[in-house]
This record gives sequence, structure tokens and C-alpha cells, in this order.
Amino acid sequence: MENIRRVLSVIVLNEDGVLSRISGLFAGRGYNIDSLTVAPVPNTNLSRLTIVTSGNQRVLEQIVKQLHKLIPTYKVIESAEFVEKEMALVKIPLNEDFNGLDAMLKAYNGTIANSGENFIVVMVADDSKRVDNFLKAIKKYNPIEMVRGGSVALDV
Amino acid sequence: MELSGSQMVIEALRRENVSVVFGYPGGAIMNVYDEVYKQDYFQHILVKHEQAAIHAADGYARSSGDVGVAFVTSGPGFTNAVTGLATAYMDSIPMVVISGQVPITMIGTDAFQEIDAVGISRPCVKHNYLVKDVKDLPRILKEAFYIAKSGRPGPVHVDIPKDVTAHIGKFEYPETIKMQTYKPTYKGNVRQIKKAVEAIANAKRPVLYIGGGAINSNASEVVREFAKITGIPAVETLMARGVMGDENPLLLGMLGMHGCYSANMAMSEADIMIAFGPRFDDRVTGKLSEFAKHAKIIHIDIDPSSIGKIVPIDYPIVGDLKNVVQGMIPLAKEKVDSSKYKSWRDLLNRYNEIHPLKYDDSDDVIKPQWVIERVGELLDGDAFITTDVGQHQMWTAQFYPFSFPRQFVTSGGLGTMGFGLPAAIGVKRAFPHKTSINFTGDGSILMNIQELMTAVEAKTPVINIILNNKFLGMVRQWQTFFYDKRYSSTDIQVQPDFVKLVESFGGVGYRVTTKEEFDTALQDAIKSNKVAMIDVQVDRLENVLPMVPAGGTLYNMMLEYKE
Repeated sequence: MENIRRVLSVIVLNEDGVLSRISGLFAGRGYNIDSLTVAPVPNTNLSRLTIVTSGNQRVLEQIVKQLHKLIPTYKVIESAEFVEKEMALVKIPLNEDFNGLDAMLKAYNGTIANSGENFIVVMVADDSKRVDNFLKAIKKYNPIEMVRGGSVALDV
Repeated sequence: MELSGSQMVIEALRRENVSVVFGYPGGAIMNVYDEVYKQDYFQHILVKHEQAAIHAADGYARSSGDVGVAFVTSGPGFTNAVTGLATAYMDSIPMVVISGQVPITMIGTDAFQEIDAVGISRPCVKHNYLVKDVKDLPRILKEAFYIAKSGRPGPVHVDIPKDVTAHIGKFEYPETIKMQTYKPTYKGNVRQIKKAVEAIANAKRPVLYIGGGAINSNASEVVREFAKITGIPAVETLMARGVMGDENPLLLGMLGMHGCYSANMAMSEADIMIAFGPRFDDRVTGKLSEFAKHAKIIHIDIDPSSIGKIVPIDYPIVGDLKNVVQGMIPLAKEKVDSSKYKSWRDLLNRYNEIHPLKYDDSDDVIKPQWVIERVGELLDGDAFITTDVGQHQMWTAQFYPFSFPRQFVTSGGLGTMGFGLPAAIGVKRAFPHKTSINFTGDGSILMNIQELMTAVEAKTPVINIILNNKFLGMVRQWQTFFYDKRYSSTDIQVQPDFVKLVESFGGVGYRVTTKEEFDTALQDAIKSNKVAMIDVQVDRLENVLPMVPAGGTLYNMMLEYKE
């Protein structure tokens, strides 16, 4: 069976240990986590996890069912229609020639987030695939450090 | 009402009608034990090792259907309990286990007897809690009992730091409970049920595949009725032995690795399989690509994640088995013609005549299967049977004449050696006036032998029957079949004198080498009303047959072993 990438939004009770229940479930049953982000849902006792995972159809079905089975799980959203964005930060030395950087940042919903004595930090927010491309393209400015945030998603 | 955390534990147990707790004290749970001393709502049975506390609570739960309860202390007390939790989790047994923990102020400091208990128990319980505030304790205890027994049952672990057991808080025990995120489905989808019954009515070779869910859901009666009105032959998993009753003409027997030929052939040749709460374990299915490959599958289970986990399901029905089968019965009466399956039943009965479960009895040496059959003959049909794990467990499942659900208490999923004796104590505590027999092996019995002391002290006279072949028999059998008889670490001829051993604990012992001696020993053991050990010297090299070798197909069983 074919390997499919899947974005899952998991709404859980915001209580002690809930993240370890989820990550333990994935580790214990041998499921993949490509990325995982978590933050509280405003004005509730809930948290939203966005998990990017992959597997064949049977495995993905089991992942959703096993997530549902956890007692603190409120909802698992597996809609195929998501707006999905990921953020990345890149630190670039100031001695580089920044010719074309502005245009590149614009193309990836990016901006200069900070500028110091020795380096600048740029940020972009875009689809995961496009963030991949950006991080490849930005290499020509010899970045010192890069960090990406993992996907967040909302179903539409 | 203002209570300390410890008093809350006692009060919650009283309100849950708990009549017995199995446990072992220690530093972190001493406050709770102090309250145990002061109360007379429930009995506390002191075990000799924490693993046994959990197995005893488990045996109590399996035989009675009530939630089993156990107390252990922090650190080693808890880690000793883990095998018990995992055993209960794999077989979906309702249980609440309360462990002590070091005080909250010391958590994370590697304090004396500190271990991350909820971190360890998480993958082997249905749910767990670390109680951080005494005000949460009543709600957590209520939830623990509710979660343990509702939906697909399972063990729940509550870890309580020592300072929380001393803190005072308001005790408000909720009468009913509604959880925001946990709502098991009990009622099956009506349209799905209708579709499933129609599929059955259109089939020619249906088979009922009954699993442990039929026990947990107390569905035995409706399952028997469904089988009777439809005339559909049934097979049982290890966990379901007793659901149909062995005298039921529609029961073919147990299926799987050591199932009977007709049961496995029924699965292989069926055109529709009606799965009543099983979980398609690998010891049942054999090679998956060949498993029931001509059959459409109806799977009824209360746990949605169980459905479609191993094999694709054509008619999934999520719900409580008893509830769903009750819904199927009137439809089946209307639509299913039981005479239509007569030739199918005849065929399966013929399979049973050609290849029945059998063994070659002997006059020179006692065959282990004979012992099990003989116990079935000598006892009235209401004795409870527990086992350990290994050859004796499979022979018991094959040859004991089970007649009612919950009669057979055995560790199926995890396969825990050392389960039998403590579980038999739990069974005897649940049914003090019934006989509690533990069939065990000379390997298994030594894994929790110290519990003979518990049995004597708690006045739970269980009868242990050791089928003693001086081998770790099941591993030895695999070594014979698949490892050229290299008996690596399985030949265990150095043994204690089991008679003297049990006598030293205050029980009665018998060493049996002939059939006559066995009859006398069993009758004497029952009459004595004491903890008993019957050490039966059996044929050392007897094999459990038939057998589907691991990864083999159900329709291609090894019926006998030839050198």
C-alpha cells in the first residue's frame, strides 16, 4: 500500500501528561511523526496538536482510531482540506551580499525579523513544501543557523 | 465533608461497593494503610509480592465481573505491579490500582523509592492519573472506576503522592459522571445491524467467531440464543471459552494455533464470519493472507480501534455486543432459515469426527490431558478454573468441559506465567463456596510460589494441580519441532519437593504417579478445605496438538508429530 502524508488536528484536554500520551502512542505503535506542534485553544480547557504523519491507508486509519481511544482526546480532525502553514527562521551573517533577498522573502511570505551587529534573522511562513524550497534557496547567503516550526493547520 | 486524601480513598471504595482489596504496604502509601486499619467496609488481603496483588484483583474481576482493586507502594512496589497491569490491559479486565508516590515536593529529585509510575504504566493501562491536588481526588477516583468498567474495560492506575494522602479537602463524590472527552458507544447502528443480518441470511456457510468481548459484555445468553435460532456453528477463542457451553451442539471448539480441526476449517471455508468481540490475535488467525479468505466479515466490537486493525471488515458495527446481538435476534428470526445451513453443519461435524481433539492414553504414565478431563469428570460443573501459561494452559482450554462464562480465568494476550495461583486466590475470594482449581506447570508455579502463604493466611483454599513434566514444556515442544531438539534451558529436573513445600506453608500436598492416586488426591484435597498442591508426574514429552506453526495457515494444521 502507498505511503500517504497526512495532517491531523487533535483537540485534547489541556492536562498533565497529555503530550506524552500522544507521543508515546506514536512511539509504542511504530507510527511516524514528521512534525508536531501544540498550543492551547484560546478560552477553553483544550489544546490543539497539529501532527504531520505518514503511513499507508490502514495505518492512518489506526492512528486516528488510536488517538480517539485516548481518554483526554476530544476530537480528531482529518479533513483533507487544510490551510497548512509552517514557519522558519534563518540567521544570516551581515557580511553577505543581500542582493535579491528582499524579493525572495516576499515570494515566501517572509520578512526580516531582526537585525543585529553581525547577522540578520529572516522569517518565512508558507506551506511546508515551499519552506523546503526556501531553505534550499537561502543557502546562497551562507546561513549560520536555521530552525523550522512544524506545521499548524486549520480545516476549511 | 472534610476528609484527608487517605480517607477519601476509603470512602470512594465504600461508595463503589468494593468488598476486597489486594495489596502490600510501604512508605509512600502508609497513610492509606492507616485508614485501611480503621475501617471495616472492605477486607484487605495482604499478598507476598505486588505482582500477585494485581493478578488476584484480576482473578476476582474476571470471575465476578466487578472491578478488581489493589494497593501498592511507590518505587519497587509499583514496578512489581506492572506485569499485572499489562496482563489485565491485554485482556481488557476492569481494575483500579492505587499506588503511593513520594511527596509532590520531592517528585523529580530521585527520592527514595521514587519512580515515574505514570510514565511506566501509560502503555499498559486504559488510563492513569497522577493526583497533584487533594481536591481532584474524589473526581479522579470516580472517573477511575467509571473508565475501568465502561466501554472496553481495562485497568486504571491512580498514583497518589504521600502528601496528597495527608492533605485535607472537601469530599464530594459525584453520583453520576459525564466526561467531556470519553463517551463509549453502546448502541449499534441500526442500519448496519440490518445489513449484517441480511448478509447472514444470504450466506451458505456462516460461522460465529466468539471472543473475549462476549464475556466482558455479559453476552453469553444472547449469543447462545442467536446461535440457536440461526443454527450457525460457533468457534471460541481462548478468552471466550465457556460462552457457548461445551455441551452446546453448535460449538465446534476453540480455534487458532492449538484449536480443533473443525473450528479452524470452519473459519477457512466460511463464506461469512460473524465476529462477536474478538480481536483477531495472531495466535488465532495464523497467516493473515490466508485467514478466512472466502469470508465476508461482520465485526461487532465496542472498541472502534479493534475493528479493521488486523483484517479489513465488510460490516463493522461499533457497540456493546450484548446490545447489538439483542438487536440482531428479532431480525434473524424473521430472515434467517437455520435449515439452510444443515449441510454446512454436517460437513463441520464430519470434520470433527475425522479429526477430533485426541490424545493417546496410556497405562504406564499419566497423560496431562487425562488429568484435565478427569478433573472435569470428578467435579460438578460449577468449579472455577484458572491456569498459568504454557502447555497445561492449552490442554485445559482444549479438554476441560467448560459450561458457563467467567468459569475459565487465564492470561491470554500477555501470556503471563505466574498468573494462575494469585488469580485463583482472587477467584476463591469472589466465590468462597465454589471450588477454585489452578492448573499449572512445574515452570509457572514457581514464578509466584510465595502466594501459597497468602492463600493460607486469607483462607482461600485453592487447589493447584501441577502437570509436572520437568520441562518448560511449551518451549521444549517448539525446540523439538523447530530447533532439532536442542533443549536450551528448558530441562528442569532439579525441582523442590512440592509436597513438603506446600506443607511448610500450611497446606496439603500430594505426589501422584498413577491415575488411582490422582482421584484420591483430588477428592482428599477438596475435602481438606486447605490450600492444596497436587504434583502430578506426567508424560515428559507429550505435545500440544493439533498445531498451526507460527505464520502457518489454519487449514493446514500439524495433526500429529512424527519423529
